[in-house]
Amino acid sequence: MSNNVEETLQGNLGCFAAADHRRPTLCVGARAVPAAACSGSVAAVPAAAKRHHLPSIVGQVDHRDQLAAVDLYKSYRKGPVEVPVLRGVTMEVRRGEFLAIVGQSGSGKSTLLHLLGTLDAPDQGEIHYAGRRIDNLPARGRDTLRNRQFGMIFQFYHLLPELSTLENVLAPLMIRHGVWSYLRRRREHRARAEELLETMGLSHRLKHKPRELSGGEMQRAAIARALVAQPDLLLADEPTGNLDQATGQEIIRILRTLNRQQNLTIVMVTHDRAIADQADRIVRLTEGRIES
Amino acid sequence: MYKLLLCWRYLRTRYIALASIISVTLGVATMIVVNSVMEGFTSEMQNRIHGIVSDLVFEARSLDGMPNFAWHAEQIRKVAGDDIEGMTATVVVPAMLNFQYNGNWITRQVQLIGIDEKTQSSVSDFSRYLQHPGNREVMSFELREDGYDTRDHQAGPDARERKQMAEAGWKRRRQSARLQAFQRDYFKSEKPAAPLPGESPSSPSPSDDPFAGRLPAGAQPEGNQFDPEKQQHTGVVPGIAMTSFRTPEGEDKFLAIPGDDVKLTFPTAGQPPKATSDDFTIVDFYESKMSEYDASFVFAPIRKLQELRGMIDPSTGIGLINAIQIKLKPGADGEAVRDKLRAAFAPELYGIYTWRDKQGALLAAVQMETAILNVLLFLIIAVAGFGILAIFYMIVVEKTRDIGILKSLGAPGRGVMGIFLAYGLSLGLVGSGVGMAIGLLFVRYINEIADGLAWITGRPVFDPSIYYFYKIPAVVVPQTLAWIVIGALSIAVAASILPARRAARLHPVEALRYE
Repeated sequence: MSNNVEETLQGNLGCFAAADHRRPTLCVGARAVPAAACSGSVAAVPAAAKRHHLPSIVGQVDHRDQLAAVDLYKSYRKGPVEVPVLRGVTMEVRRGEFLAIVGQSGSGKSTLLHLLGTLDAPDQGEIHYAGRRIDNLPARGRDTLRNRQFGMIFQFYHLLPELSTLENVLAPLMIRHGVWSYLRRRREHRARAEELLETMGLSHRLKHKPRELSGGEMQRAAIARALVAQPDLLLADEPTGNLDQATGQEIIRILRTLNRQQNLTIVMVTHDRAIADQADRIVRLTEGRIES
Repeated sequence: MYKLLLCWRYLRTRYIALASIISVTLGVATMIVVNSVMEGFTSEMQNRIHGIVSDLVFEARSLDGMPNFAWHAEQIRKVAGDDIEGMTATVVVPAMLNFQYNGNWITRQVQLIGIDEKTQSSVSDFSRYLQHPGNREVMSFELREDGYDTRDHQAGPDARERKQMAEAGWKRRRQSARLQAFQRDYFKSEKPAAPLPGESPSSPSPSDDPFAGRLPAGAQPEGNQFDPEKQQHTGVVPGIAMTSFRTPEGEDKFLAIPGDDVKLTFPTAGQPPKATSDDFTIVDFYESKMSEYDASFVFAPIRKLQELRGMIDPSTGIGLINAIQIKLKPGADGEAVRDKLRAAFAPELYGIYTWRDKQGALLAAVQMETAILNVLLFLIIAVAGFGILAIFYMIVVEKTRDIGILKSLGAPGRGVMGIFLAYGLSLGLVGSGVGMAIGLLFVRYINEIADGLAWITGRPVFDPSIYYFYKIPAVVVPQTLAWIVIGALSIAVAASILPARRAARLHPVEALRYE
């Protein structure tokens, strides 16, 4: 099963990459970090990156980075007590990179991912995306960014229970387009969503509601949803956290394939070392700081 | 697009929300029914009032009246001639109507109105309410041979037959005159006042005839040339309720019918007024279905009244009149013409009113009633609004995670708000749509429903002896309908604003974490 999915992925995602006019131009020369080289020296790369960025002043970011966090602070208020979660996190994500953020629960890795995905605003620090600061964008701009540039998948899949699998996958497109422009191009959108679901091995589940799917199927549907808007960046929050090992491996394989075939930048948060090891690079987060 | 889709899905999966709008449905339905029935009553009543009162009434304040109709008519035409279609003079005087039934004199307090039968119909719908088809075409104070309606021509096929009216006319008059003559002979031959054999209940009410009562009163001496079998007194047209009553079953019982004689007593003009009486013959009935009018107005020829009241100037032959009824051209503004006339004539001498002014209190009372009912019923819908608010709040809480998901997919706060506003609107649409359907069906079958209720409870809901309608009148005004629906919709939307705003302001991260 998992192999099948991977094979169809390799076949079909290649088509998307070719059909997509945006991505090839972005990706030319962006494949700076060869996957094989990276996975061999997981620890060395962050260290090098860190060194490279240490002298950089806040606000000046290397434009080769697709996403960068500079000196992020974030704390949550629990009643009268202020609980610091992030205490000066600086990190960057290269174009086409498969990055894993690992850390114990409570280390702030999910919060970091939310900040990177503009779902939350940092108390202090900056986030840059493709050379532009995004954490201070107006709500409208952040919504557009999440809708068009970022794809997100979550531990609990977060599919809308009222909608069928197909409608869930179409949701980002419905959000992007108004009623008329959506209806005018609905065949096109639908074809794309169906194709994506087929590559995820879910073509027999189009009309099913999420509660009728298994965990792995839901996560694959969520991946299809994240990809339907052709994002530049995929943010994955514990994508395997709720799945058994085999299914989790399958999800990771899909992500891995997406990363290779489409040169899709992926940032994945996990607490599972075995999962994290399959990424190009690992960033370790301890008590709100990047462990060097 | 996602807004519509989700709104549609919520609508189809959340039946509790549909339950919350049942009160909207009921409120809308009730408002439609109440407004339609009130509107029906009002318009029926206005028609009836307008049937007897012309567009404008120009009254002398004195009971003695004003002289010279022709001169006044000319003056009125000078002031507002462009708007005036027709005018007629009337004499209005309080009077007592006496008639005899089964040996008893029955007295009614009435408003005696002297009219010119030739021009009266030109200023109001007066003749339309008469019971003889011939009189409806050309009004006359002559008694007709027969052919009076035995069925209410205004009510349609549901009205009960008025069997007594079949005898009305000269037929009746000859019959009672003969009977009376027989009685007179009987009294002559047998002096002792034995119980009359003809007075048995089975006989066609011989003592209906007031002439029987006139003998002991001695008002008419033996040698009178008047032959009741061939002659009539001056004709009068009383309101139909004057000499009849309606049983709870809706049947009309007549105590006197056209062909019978009545006595009218009224004051003369001049100081001090003296009571004067004369005999009249009923020649027709007037039925406006406005019980107030039908039970108090008696119409007589104006010339006769002027003579009897001493209102005619012996030298010129010109009579005094009490009021001028004015009909306006279609489209003329009654109030404007009234104000023009009021400015032109001394208010101490003349009262000038529109037909609405004449019944202003009644119409205003009905309007007030409608307004208060509307306010109360709208409050019911407003209460429903709070139900929607509460349920929506619950739905927003239940959907917190979904809201987070939508936001993480890039849906703006306004979009999320839009989902719930559209949801509120569609609930309002469903609620008021169903309410409108129920209300309209209710109005359509209101009489059948009233009958059904009467059958179940054993007492009539709509008693035709109280109201002068056979059926409940109901008029649906599309404008009112639109206002009701718009009102219900805006309450539904207003109730969803608060929860929708809460949804829009939910923090995406907290919403996603929500379990």
